[in-house]
Amino acid sequence: MDVLTENWSLYGKGFLGTVELTVYASILALVLGFVMASFRVAPVGSLRVIGTVWVAVLRNTPLTLLFFAVLLGLPRFGLVLPFQVFAVLALGCYTSAFICEALRSGINTVPTGQGEAARSLGMSFGQTLNNVVLPQAFRSVIPPVGSTLIALAKNSAIAGAFSVTELLGTYKTLNELGYSIIWSFIWIAVGYLIITLAISALFNVLEKRWGVAR
Amino acid sequence: MTHSTASATALYDIPGPVTRKRHFLYGVLSTAVILALFGWILYLLFDTDQFTSAKWTPFTYKGIQELLLRGLGNTLKAFAYAAVLSLALGAVLAVGRLSDHKPVRWISTLLVEFFRAMPVLVMIFFIFVALKVQPLPALVAGLTLYNGSVLAEVFRTGINSVERGQREAAYALGMRKTQVTTYVLAPQAVRAMLPTIISQLVVALKDTSLGYLITYEEFLHAGKLIASNLDYDLPFIPVVMVISPIYIGMCMLLSWFATWVARRERRNPKTEGTGVAAAEPGTLLPGRPK
Repeated sequence: MDVLTENWSLYGKGFLGTVELTVYASILALVLGFVMASFRVAPVGSLRVIGTVWVAVLRNTPLTLLFFAVLLGLPRFGLVLPFQVFAVLALGCYTSAFICEALRSGINTVPTGQGEAARSLGMSFGQTLNNVVLPQAFRSVIPPVGSTLIALAKNSAIAGAFSVTELLGTYKTLNELGYSIIWSFIWIAVGYLIITLAISALFNVLEKRWGVAR
Repeated sequence: MTHSTASATALYDIPGPVTRKRHFLYGVLSTAVILALFGWILYLLFDTDQFTSAKWTPFTYKGIQELLLRGLGNTLKAFAYAAVLSLALGAVLAVGRLSDHKPVRWISTLLVEFFRAMPVLVMIFFIFVALKVQPLPALVAGLTLYNGSVLAEVFRTGINSVERGQREAAYALGMRKTQVTTYVLAPQAVRAMLPTIISQLVVALKDTSLGYLITYEEFLHAGKLIASNLDYDLPFIPVVMVISPIYIGMCMLLSWFATWVARRERRNPKTEGTGVAAAEPGTLLPGRPK
């Protein structure tokens, strides 16, 4: 119990680090996932190839390997950024592949007639996608996107092992300070539960407001 | 679920000559951008001397090759243990969640929900640091707890998704609950669940790389040893270039196997009565009809 009360600032820093990592990586993943999903359904063959390769490679890359390559590999290219930024890049790109697949299957749930109707009104591919199909697709992908972002929050723990300030990493300092390891882990677990439950609550609200009952 | 072709035709007409020309132009442009990007990366690689012989010679040495192979072997070993154990744990927890006894059901539900909600790495670190377990068993235990509880949900939904008539008919023949499950429901459910199970095993295979973080001597660990060797001029990028294709290739093979099984099953009349949704990466979304 004392571990938490005596180390508020340490836990707070770690907790905030995880939250920041999750938020920034989520934004990157959503944007990239959206771009890749529209590539994958585009009429242009080479764009479809780019999207397919992006998803196939990233979905099958172990996240630790990606962190290893990005955090320790990119600096050898002469690209020196704070580890925090690298971690957001790695997490965001990795998760974008899963977001892309969720969006794509959402696009597939929109009835064909909708697209046909849009086209017969003379809409272009971009207009059909943005004005007719995606608004409906977004509503049906709220649950899978939510669980993907929860997975992202959980995956952010790996960043701690690569010396980015986040929640799991706090155990090291506490261990050195001589606190009970079991209790420090219990509070870390509680921290992660708070974050994942918050995301899940947020997506429950979103779904209640916008979700489709099909 | 329909495939990309169906959605593709929903989003755009079959292009006419003008549109085809425009699409061709887009295609050329995007290819050019991609090629430029690759060119730039290649330039960076050469510019930072990644292709000097000093950085690539280690891979010709037998000792280094053996080190990499040993690492790969350790990765596969951890994967094999984790796969078998999580299938077993998944079966046990699924049986628990389907039990008629309330306490058993509650405990299994609690375990499943907790282990799915925790980051795998936190569990692995806890077992490794707090319980002072050796790296391999710690890694395997963490992977088993997480993947086992995800698989438990897969098994449970699989059993529940077998058409009701099957269960009713079996009960009408006078079978016990155990008999109904093992003779009638499970065989049908397993066929339908197979692709989902294999996809979950891909997750387990990918997560064996977490062993690197607790000093388990797996594939990535071997790579790190070579990469940080001063004698070879820190061949970091070459190591990534050698290791990644092997790692990603292994996972892709397993993923493709899952897709192949799924495609076969879809054509199989024996599994028509069952449909299993893909396992989702994280749960904790209460209040949703399953």
